[in-house]
Amino acid sequence: MKVRPAGDCVWEIPPSEKPGMRVPARIYASEALLAQMDQGVFEQVTNVACLPGIVRASLCMPDGHWGYGFPIGGVAAFRADTGVISPGGIGFDINCGMRLLRTTLTEDEVRPKLRDLINALFAAVPSGVGAKGFVRLSEAEFRDVMVEGSGWCVRHGYAWLEDLDHTEGRGCLPGADPAHVSARAVSRGRDQLGTLGSGNHYLEVQVVRPGGIHDPRVAKVFGVDAPGQVFVMLHCGSRGFGHQVGTDYLRLFDQVMRSYGITVNDRELACAPFSSSEGQAYFGAMTAAANTAFANRQVITHRVREVMGRVFGKDPRELGLSVVYDVCHNTAKVERHPVDGEFQELVVHRKGATRAFGAGAPDLPDVYREVGQPVIIGGSMETGSALLVGTARAMAETFGSTAHGAGRTMSRAQAKRQVWGETLLKEMEARGIIVRAASKSGVAEEAGFAYKDLTAVVDILHRLDISRRIASLTPIGNIKG
Amino acid sequence: MGRYEFLEEVALADCAVEVEANDLDDLFATAAAALAEVMVDPATVPTTVERTITLTAPQLDLLLYDWLSELIYRKDRDREIFTRADVRVSGSGPFHLTAAVHGGVIDSELTALRADAKAVTFHQFAVERKDGAWRARIVIDI
Repeated sequence: MKVRPAGDCVWEIPPSEKPGMRVPARIYASEALLAQMDQGVFEQVTNVACLPGIVRASLCMPDGHWGYGFPIGGVAAFRADTGVISPGGIGFDINCGMRLLRTTLTEDEVRPKLRDLINALFAAVPSGVGAKGFVRLSEAEFRDVMVEGSGWCVRHGYAWLEDLDHTEGRGCLPGADPAHVSARAVSRGRDQLGTLGSGNHYLEVQVVRPGGIHDPRVAKVFGVDAPGQVFVMLHCGSRGFGHQVGTDYLRLFDQVMRSYGITVNDRELACAPFSSSEGQAYFGAMTAAANTAFANRQVITHRVREVMGRVFGKDPRELGLSVVYDVCHNTAKVERHPVDGEFQELVVHRKGATRAFGAGAPDLPDVYREVGQPVIIGGSMETGSALLVGTARAMAETFGSTAHGAGRTMSRAQAKRQVWGETLLKEMEARGIIVRAASKSGVAEEAGFAYKDLTAVVDILHRLDISRRIASLTPIGNIKG
Repeated sequence: MGRYEFLEEVALADCAVEVEANDLDDLFATAAAALAEVMVDPATVPTTVERTITLTAPQLDLLLYDWLSELIYRKDRDREIFTRADVRVSGSGPFHLTAAVHGGVIDSELTALRADAKAVTFHQFAVERKDGAWRARIVIDI
């Protein structure tokens, strides 16, 4: 497949490369990152370009890798009136996302109690296969969570009111409709609020090192004050509830899309017109799962505040444990973006891609309106993560989107062959990173060498100006599912 | 039992598996064993639970999709993992499945956990009969 340069760190696959492509595919990457992408990325990003109603281009971010349906790192926008919605463009882990909490603690204050802290967090936030949370909900209460998201957590004492302002969409996306959620999805996920999951999901204690603040002015606005400051980062989503919503509707769309005359190159791209009854039902159920994911990260935030308050003997407010921001990276949202010089209502799918709205964009809280939204990019548990800011360039170029992580370069099995989980835990501890994990083999799968160099990904985002680097965060403790 | 092989070169962050068996009953039973292997070390799950599962689907491949999805669903709802399954597949459209599944509840002290299977994807999903054997390719989101 011909991938041709189309600007600095922009590559394009023209529609002539695959029958049925309606728009070009565009990949944002350095030459080195492009070379690390497997053939699956090019197949998948061009398959997406064939879907009805897609506008401008099918995009892939610099952390892109071979997924299912869309590539991971895929962004595509479809006209709300004539385009489609596809569960394969969102992923089963609906509203998988990142949340960053700041503290006023320093590494010097945390180090002596770090092991106690990690053990206490591991006990308070259940992780791993089949984990259940501490929140007990009736079916009716769970439906309230679907509709209210983080707002439900405020009403029940699991959130501070100001947390809402610091969450994408205030932790409650419009359009959630529990009537379109199956009983199976409810029974699968009702007991999982406040759980982490497994795979690459984590709860991490991090520190900003000297030299780790790249833009002091914006960093200050985000609450990143000085080297040595400690942060807590979460990566998780809607758990079994969202997974079941995705399963239910993928199965449905696989059967109904033919009745709409739609064919796809990969069955995982099964879709329905957004305006159809099935499309609207999925959007209602998917948004319900997205809101539940916000609530999940919020309940975990509550547990983190309880644990840190106890370990450090202070009220969480005294510890400055406020939310910097909470961003989704597996969603479809209705947004307005310019197409052919005119703003249109689009269904923007981001699969392993983060919203990166720039200064003045809608949905930003007053505190971030003048600088743009915080963008949280999770790296591996060994190498650290990054805090960036959304830009006007992203609004113009990528439907206000950017990367979501480092992106894998190695299969999980290959990673496990290179290192034992126990060995890696010891090596990390020797480097000052304490890890507690529900699965030892899962630790090996998440080794730093299994991922792209996060710095290389962030450098390209910065160079492209689809988000700008603000701070680098280094792990000192990690809870892994 | 049939055999299964995890494919590393497919869907980097997920889990692709190719299953082969002499007949459909065995294909479905082997696919279930592969799924359990993804989620836990099967040797660390005591066999304390037996359940009966019945399913119907309009197509054979959808029956396999529903079968594995059912096992993933029960992992979250009941915390039960099934390491062995006696499966009977019948019909020629619609297709029917009756299975006796054996396994146990996840015990955080005893069970060696692996990856939390989220869902069965349709990416490269296939069930076919070739050269006298039944084969399936399944990509599981983990």
